[in-house]
Amino acid sequence: MKKEFKVIAELLPNNTRVLDVGCGDGALMNLLTKEKNIEVRGLELEKNNVQECIYKGLPVIQGNAETELYQFPDQSFDYVVLSQTLQAFYNPDKVLKELLRIGKSVIVSIPNFGYWKVRTSLLLFGKMPITKTLPNFWYNTPNLHMCTIKDLFNYCDEQNIKIQKVVGINEDKISLIKKSNLEIKNFFSKLGIFLIG
Amino acid sequence: MNKKIEDIKKINVSKPLRLDCGKTINNFPLAYETYGKLNDNKDNAILVFHALTGDQFVAGTNPVTNKEGWWITAVGPGKAIDTNKYFVICANVIGGCMGSWGPSENNKETNQPYGLDFPVITIKDIVRAQESLLDHLGINKLLCATGGSMGGMQLLQFCATFPDKTFSAIPIACSASHSAQNIALNELARQAIMADPVWDNGKYFLKDTQPKNGLAVARMVGHISYLSEQGMQEKFGRKLQEKADYEFSFNADFQVESYLRHQGNAFVERFDANSVLYITRAMDYFDLSKQFKGGLVEVFKNQKTKFLVISFSSDWLYTTKENKDIVIALNAAGADVSYSEIVTDKGHDSFLVNEPEFLKTLKGFINSMHEKFKNEKRI
Repeated sequence: MKKEFKVIAELLPNNTRVLDVGCGDGALMNLLTKEKNIEVRGLELEKNNVQECIYKGLPVIQGNAETELYQFPDQSFDYVVLSQTLQAFYNPDKVLKELLRIGKSVIVSIPNFGYWKVRTSLLLFGKMPITKTLPNFWYNTPNLHMCTIKDLFNYCDEQNIKIQKVVGINEDKISLIKKSNLEIKNFFSKLGIFLIG
Repeated sequence: MNKKIEDIKKINVSKPLRLDCGKTINNFPLAYETYGKLNDNKDNAILVFHALTGDQFVAGTNPVTNKEGWWITAVGPGKAIDTNKYFVICANVIGGCMGSWGPSENNKETNQPYGLDFPVITIKDIVRAQESLLDHLGINKLLCATGGSMGGMQLLQFCATFPDKTFSAIPIACSASHSAQNIALNELARQAIMADPVWDNGKYFLKDTQPKNGLAVARMVGHISYLSEQGMQEKFGRKLQEKADYEFSFNADFQVESYLRHQGNAFVERFDANSVLYITRAMDYFDLSKQFKGGLVEVFKNQKTKFLVISFSSDWLYTTKENKDIVIALNAAGADVSYSEIVTDKGHDSFLVNEPEFLKTLKGFINSMHEKFKNEKRI
C-alpha cells in the first residue's frame, strides 16, 4: 500500500462518506471500505480503471473531473479526496472550488515541485526534473500546472480556504507542515497532503 | 415441431391490478421462463426485463420460434450472466404476444381477441404485473435485475415502485423519460401499421391475418434506429445484394435494403401488430420523473439498490446523455451508483450483440454483487 494512501486513510474518520476523484483502480477506496467502514464513491476517467473498480464491487462513475463534477450536489460528501491529479487539470483553481462545494472537507495531495531534487535538476542541470513522483518527460507529462507545497499553502491563505492539516512525505518519513516549518518542509517533502475546507 | 403458445410456462395473476388508465384487471396470464437453478440461500436470482420486441426466452432456444434466445450473447452456461451459477427469470410483458395478457389474447366478454378493446397500458402496469411472479417463485429479494432499452425503463420503474426487491440493478442503454425523438420513431412505426388496410382498426384477427406490410415497415424503422451511422456504413456500405450491377428497378439492389426487408419479413412471423401499438405507447408514456413530486432525484431517494448504468457511445436512440441523466439523479439522491460508457460503433444494438467490453463489465459487476449479497445475507 502506498504511504500516501495510509496517510490519507488516517486523516479520514470512520463511517464517513467519501468521494475519491480520480480513484484509479480503486486501491484507496478498497482500503477505506475495508478498514474504516467508509462509504466510498469514485470518479475515474480511464476505462480500464473503471472496469477494475466495477470488478471489485466499488462504485465508480466514468467521467472527467474537469467537466463532470457538477453532477454531485453541494456538501453531499463528508470528504472529497484528490490524489496527485490537481496539477493535471486545465483549471486547477475551478476544480478545487468544485471539490470544496461537494465536500465538507477536501484532501488534496500534490507532487511537490519545491522538493530539493526537483530544484537541483533545474538549477544545476538546466533540465526539467524527472523523479519518482514526476516520472515523465516535458513532452509527454500530463502535468500542466505544477506547484509547490508553499504555493498551495499560500493559495489557500489568499483564497480564505481553511487549512486544517498539511502532511509532508519524504520517502518513509512523515511530518506535519506548519507555517513555521514551511520553508524547510517545502524543500524536503516529495509529496504534500492538504486537509482543507 | 414448435411448441404452441398455449404450452409455455404461465401463471395466472389473480390479484387485482389497477391500471394507470383507471381500469382494474385480475385473473390474467403472465408467461415466463427461467434458466439455471435457484440455490438454497436464494441469493442467486436475476430478473431480466425484455425490450420492445423481446420475449421471455432470453437464452437457449426459443421453443415457439425455434430461434436462439434474444440475449444468447449474455445469458447461458459460462456466459456473462452464467446460468450455471445464477437463476435467471424473464417474463413476457403484458401487452406482448408470447403468452402474457395482450391484445391477441381472448377477451372472455366477446370470445374474440381483444384487439383495440385492450386497455392502453404503461411501463408501470407492465412492471407491477410482474411482481406476482417473484412471489410465485418464492423470491423475496433478487440478487440483480437488469434490462436494456425498454427493459431498462422497466427496471427503473421496478426500482422506483419496489425499492427493496433487488440488491443490485443494471439499467442498460435506456432513459428515465422517453425523448421526443423516440416518441417520433414509435409514432412512425404505429402509423406504418395503421396505414396498412389489412390492419382494419385492429380487427385483422377476424380474418386470421396480420397487417404484414405495415408491420414490416415498422420493424425496418426500428432496425435503422438500432444501428449507428458508422456501423451501418461499415457493415453494408454501398454493397450490392448478390448482383454485379444495378437492376434499374425497385427490387432490393443494395445489401442494406435486403437486410431491412429480411428483418421486416422475419418479424411479422413472430410478432403481433397490435402488440407493437400497445407496447410502443407504453414506452412513450414513460416519464419516471413525472411520477414523483420533486422529479427524478425524489424517485431514487432512500434507494439501497446498487446501480450500474451502462451506455454505448454510438447509441443515438438512448444516448449517453440520457443514461447519464439517470446517473446524475442517482448521485443527487446519494444512491450507490456506478457508470460505464462502452465505446463501440454498434449503436443501440450493442447490448444484444457480442460486445466484449460490455459483457466483461456485466459479468464483473454481477459477480462482485453476488459476493456482497452473500455477505449481507449471512449477517
